[in-house]
Amino acid sequence: MILVALTPDTDIATARAPGRAAPRRAEQPRHAGQPRRRHAPVFRFLTLLAGAFVFLFPFYYMLIGSLQAEPDSSPGGAFPNPGNLTLHNYREINGAIDLLQSLINSGIFTGGVILGTVVFGVLAGYALAQLEFRGRGVAFNVMVLVQVVPFQLLTVPLYVLIVRNYGLADSYLGMILPFAINSTAVFVFRQYFLQLPRELFDAARIDGASELTILLRVAVPLVKPALLTAVLLTFIGPWNEFLWPFLITKEAGMQPLAVSLANYMNNVAARAANPFGAILAGACVLAAPAVALFLLFQRHFVSTNLGSSVKG
Amino acid sequence: MTATFQQPARPPAGRLAGRVASKVFGSQPLGAFFVAPYLLFLAAVFAYPLGFAVYMSFHDYFFAAPGAIVDRPFVGFANYAAVLGDPTVWQAFRNILVFLVINVPLTVVLSLLLATALNAAIRLRTFFRVSYYVPYITASVAVVGVWLFLFNSNGLVNSLLGPLAPSPSWLVNEHLAMPTVAVYVTWKQLGFFILLYLAALQNVPKELYESAAVDGAGRWQSFLSVTVPGVRPATTLVVLLATVTGANLFTEPYLLTGGGGPDGASTSPVLLMYQRGIEQGNPDIASAIGVILVIGVLLVALLQRRLLERE
Repeated sequence: MILVALTPDTDIATARAPGRAAPRRAEQPRHAGQPRRRHAPVFRFLTLLAGAFVFLFPFYYMLIGSLQAEPDSSPGGAFPNPGNLTLHNYREINGAIDLLQSLINSGIFTGGVILGTVVFGVLAGYALAQLEFRGRGVAFNVMVLVQVVPFQLLTVPLYVLIVRNYGLADSYLGMILPFAINSTAVFVFRQYFLQLPRELFDAARIDGASELTILLRVAVPLVKPALLTAVLLTFIGPWNEFLWPFLITKEAGMQPLAVSLANYMNNVAARAANPFGAILAGACVLAAPAVALFLLFQRHFVSTNLGSSVKG
Repeated sequence: MTATFQQPARPPAGRLAGRVASKVFGSQPLGAFFVAPYLLFLAAVFAYPLGFAVYMSFHDYFFAAPGAIVDRPFVGFANYAAVLGDPTVWQAFRNILVFLVINVPLTVVLSLLLATALNAAIRLRTFFRVSYYVPYITASVAVVGVWLFLFNSNGLVNSLLGPLAPSPSWLVNEHLAMPTVAVYVTWKQLGFFILLYLAALQNVPKELYESAAVDGAGRWQSFLSVTVPGVRPATTLVVLLATVTGANLFTEPYLLTGGGGPDGASTSPVLLMYQRGIEQGNPDIASAIGVILVIGVLLVALLQRRLLERE
């Protein structure tokens, strides 16, 4: 719920940034005499830089560690050493946990969730934003309430129901079911559909278009950026999810990468020649798709020029 | 935001029958069909399991072959009594309290400071924003791998600290295991909370900073007297979310400290639920732990609200 409210807002923040700087610069001369003021931006920049280092270094170290033939945890080991670089760790982890199959499982799990979220989430978001029907207020309140229920508390009853009662252990359906519609994404959809002017839909209705046609031909094309944001948001959930697929997949051939890697860390790694190398190689493979997608589409976490597409 | 919650004006209905129908079903009853799959999903995946968890916690519930008819008698508070008489459970709740005491204040302070710094128009803004967000979007399983590499007995952190390195090392030290997990989770989630504060900072009126400057307030003073009160609603939200996320801790103690080690010093209630409910086959006990956890989180959240809104 929270992330949703935030996506459009941050967007505005970035757009306004240059404008906001102006008054601040204007007040500078008043305090130009104070050295404290002049040092502040430098200090701020250094703080941010230190923060960035703390956040990024483990990722850099993950990559370096995954390429080391011998694990080197001395300070010198943090720098690439041409004599100690190898791809052997990737072969090692691939031999232990069939990376391709795990990636396919992660992909099916994530894809199923995205499909369910886009199809049913768009329908629900559109209805909640633009259609007038009995029970809409109740539906919306239920949706907000659900955000407060922590998923982990439902794991035991869901496990009993899905694995024991419905026999869906080691199946993609069982994996996808509890995540099938991402509530945060429904919220994003609703928020964006709300921003569309009502007259647009009334005009289409007068032209005799059915609600489904209006949704697919008018509304959805206008909220394409929101669709992308929601897909990205939805992606990181199942792709990174550990607890649920871990509970319901015992068969190695069905496990998503997060689960098979975790099992490798807990059970097998101790016997490997270079356990950290292999773990880090697996970690790189698991992290890469999410990081790559985020870097590629990071703009969509902030800027969505919805306003102009409606007005223009 | 507020405007979006208002009910939009109803278009006037034409004929009488139409007016009656729209009184009963709304003018666009098709909307109910559009929402139905989602509501069905919520009922099946949230509401029913929630009720089922409470039901299990009051019964002698055990796993049986599908379709087998077995007697699972009502046992009142017996499961709760068993849970509350178990020192391991108390330890898990103490652990999560230690976790929250470290994680929540650290999250609030660091994310607000970094968001404020990031909010000023500066160079490399996008780079910073992205780098803070990267841990949040990466699988915990992947990042745990590199933290194990960094914080094991012979890891980079200890080799940098040299003689100052703790012994036993971070994750196998009963006093440091939980704090290390708390710091790890703070680091992992911080990007999300920074983004939340960044959005909240847009709502702080710029005039307040100007009048603070006129009154001769320095940067630090205006941060304390304008920014901090200005983002108080966001702070309430950050505290609540960090508490709820923290109470659901599972992956980190499971992987980082090898299943809540050393000697249960980093066991979390959710990890215990997994061990009792699924590994040992006592879903009734696990459900009772879950219900107690929810009540505990609600109480803590209420207390936090009181404290945050008192001033």
